[in-house]
Amino acid sequence: MKILVCICPVPDTTTKVAFSDNNTHFNTQGVTFIINPYDEWYSLVRALELKEAGVATAVHLVTVGKADAEPVIRKALALGGDEAIRIDTDSNDTYAVAAQIAEYAKTDGYDLVLCGKESIDYNNGTVGAMVAELLDMNYLGFAAKIDIAGGTATVTREIEGGEETDACSLPLVISCQKGVAEARIPNMRGIMAARTKPLKVVAPAAVDTVSTIVGYELPPAKTGVKMISADNMDELVNLLHTEAKVI
Amino acid sequence: MGTQTLSSAIPGGGFLLQASAPEDTFTPENFNDEQRMIIDMCNEFLNKDVIPHLIELDAKKEGLMQSLLDEAGKLGLLGAAFPEQYGGLGKDFVTATIINECLGGGHSFAVAMAAHNGIGSLPILYFGTQEQKDKFIPKLAAGEMKGAYALTEPGSGSDALAAKTTAKLSEDGKSWVLNGQKIWITNAGFADVFTVFAKVDGKDFSAFIVERNTPGLSFGEEEHKMGIKGSSTRQLFFENCAIPKENLLGEIGRGHVIAFNILNIGRLKLAAAATGGAKLALKTTINYAKTREQFKVPIASFGAVQHKLAEMAIKIFASESALYRTADWIEKKEQELKSTGHDNAVLGAAEEYAIECAMLKVLGSENLDFVVDEGVQVHGGNGFSDEYNISRAYRDSRINRIFEGTNEINRLLVIDMYLKRAMKGRLNIMAPAMAIQKELMSIPDFDTDDAPFAAELKVIANFKKAILMCAGAAAQKLMMQLEYEQEILMNLADMLIDTFQAESILIRAMKMQAAGNENAAIAADIARTFIFDAGDRINIAGKNAINAFADGDEQRMMLMGVKRFSKVAAYNTKEARRRIAAKLVEKGHYPF
Repeated sequence: MKILVCICPVPDTTTKVAFSDNNTHFNTQGVTFIINPYDEWYSLVRALELKEAGVATAVHLVTVGKADAEPVIRKALALGGDEAIRIDTDSNDTYAVAAQIAEYAKTDGYDLVLCGKESIDYNNGTVGAMVAELLDMNYLGFAAKIDIAGGTATVTREIEGGEETDACSLPLVISCQKGVAEARIPNMRGIMAARTKPLKVVAPAAVDTVSTIVGYELPPAKTGVKMISADNMDELVNLLHTEAKVI
Repeated sequence: MGTQTLSSAIPGGGFLLQASAPEDTFTPENFNDEQRMIIDMCNEFLNKDVIPHLIELDAKKEGLMQSLLDEAGKLGLLGAAFPEQYGGLGKDFVTATIINECLGGGHSFAVAMAAHNGIGSLPILYFGTQEQKDKFIPKLAAGEMKGAYALTEPGSGSDALAAKTTAKLSEDGKSWVLNGQKIWITNAGFADVFTVFAKVDGKDFSAFIVERNTPGLSFGEEEHKMGIKGSSTRQLFFENCAIPKENLLGEIGRGHVIAFNILNIGRLKLAAAATGGAKLALKTTINYAKTREQFKVPIASFGAVQHKLAEMAIKIFASESALYRTADWIEKKEQELKSTGHDNAVLGAAEEYAIECAMLKVLGSENLDFVVDEGVQVHGGNGFSDEYNISRAYRDSRINRIFEGTNEINRLLVIDMYLKRAMKGRLNIMAPAMAIQKELMSIPDFDTDDAPFAAELKVIANFKKAILMCAGAAAQKLMMQLEYEQEILMNLADMLIDTFQAESILIRAMKMQAAGNENAAIAADIARTFIFDAGDRINIAGKNAINAFADGDEQRMMLMGVKRFSKVAAYNTKEARRRIAAKLVEKGHYPF
């Protein structure tokens, strides 16, 4: 069984977000990119566990991104992927990203495709489902536990007030969240091996782009806290009414 | 002097006699992708497994330190620099330095790891027989065995060779019988194997491998220390402790070679760990200053606080620049020695740069002490509370100026090594020193060069002249008496250490500017600020030295000389520090 893990580079969580070109582009200057935590901590580690348990034979990693995404892919390889594929294009359009991954996946017969439940930058959470549709595979979203045996995946998902367990035959796309696996730290041997593992760069396929970002806006700056004396409730009511306009 | 030959192969101590070319100098900006991944990995390990347990570590929670060392072993951090044939990863010296630096933010864990990895393992790796290496190194590299080093005794600290512990060959000739006491032994609470120094028949200083479970070896209680409380520190007692004859390490009477050679590397590693610790303390302090409000504004907006933050970053930049410059020299020397079939290339390389290792030990520990002290100050009353990590950083820092050779011993060593190398003809110091005395008689050179950093380069060259002038005159005048004039030696060492840092910073700033680095302007601010202040410090140290041994015309001429050679053009350090602080506040951490 071959597993394909989707790896999305995202800005480090401490990034100070800024925009350029009249608020139409995210300004990446000075930004450090990391592996999307849902991809790294859950999908990738679970794929590695399945390989270590002898269930999977190979774990491949795929990223849609330009050359500057390579340090992120190398880290994924350091954690333990066998080989990586970088599709040499960049897009903010979820469909275009999914279509690129699907076009590549078609060429190499994967039984299982894993991705995070969402990326922590744009939070669309739709790539996995789109990839499944484009590959004509089954899809289960928001998995918190994954077991594979005899060509069937048993997937536990968190639902309102409890959890459900589904069984679904392979090939399958699953999006992963907390619970699927425990985050790992790459070890020295993994880091050293990452340098020599295959990182294939493939030309992008001709796919449609269905949406473009026309503008970004930062949330309003947090304003200062006004302290009102406990003996002055009238002023509090007045301010909530006239300034905060919440009552 | 005037020898501005540019060469990548500067001999140990040679920085004083020749300038380095920026393109030949290694700086953290040269780290490769793999080294950057190792930095990230170490930080992940620290943040996930070490930092959350600092309180339990300080409370000496049973088994916790060993389990963290085990985890570090699994990640490959313990044996990274050991040869592959002994289960290590064979990584280069710079990479090993990076690991030491990164994990330096681990407080007591950093001490336990450095003791295990360095002084606890290296004596066997570098001086052990094949059998000794095969038996111990793979297990030490994997963390399955923990190592420790037992040199100090109640009556012999800095004077290590005055040890009283004895070793005597048993009557049947099959074992060494040890008797005596060792004190301040890091990792003693759990180490499986100790390198112990003792005198054979009470006279020949030698080293031995002692395993924990040996009958006759017992341990004192855990010491109650000012800092690094999580690090296990106990006494060792040897009472007719018999170890196999084959546990002699190296040759009888050659223990000092092991003790002192291991310390060269230990000193550089201490500077590395101190730099890592300082970076964490600065990050903690910046974030406190950004969030702590007084008079309705964050205290980071006050100039007095900005001055402190900037100065902390300047000191760290100094430590870091000098550290990696030296680590790369050692790495290159190691490769050179390996290619000529040298048995112990790393040790040989560290010996070549023993002067720099001693300077790094002093500057690394003192820069860290400065950083944690100002860190507490920025935290105000909260910095005095155990609830804030900066108070732990303050306590943990203090020992660094004491162990691995006190900073005073290291200062003495720096000058002692220079003088010995000069006597042996390894370094030609006297001729340039004489040339400077002649230069003093001539009219100063008022030429100006508009090239970037030309003025600063000239200032550094002048600092070196000030040192050569003072050292040369002191050696000439006092000759063998100089050894006993420790105050003068301290002055000279201070001038050297300041100059070594100033040059390391300047070269790095030049290199960053040439490469268009995004932080190049801040690096230039740091370089100019450091150099400006260093000029006055060098002037004072030089005057103190001169006044101690010269008089009359000679004194007047030399005082004029040290003034001329320590002169730095006017520079607005206030604005520079504000720019540095603004960058720190923007980034929230040490930005390089």
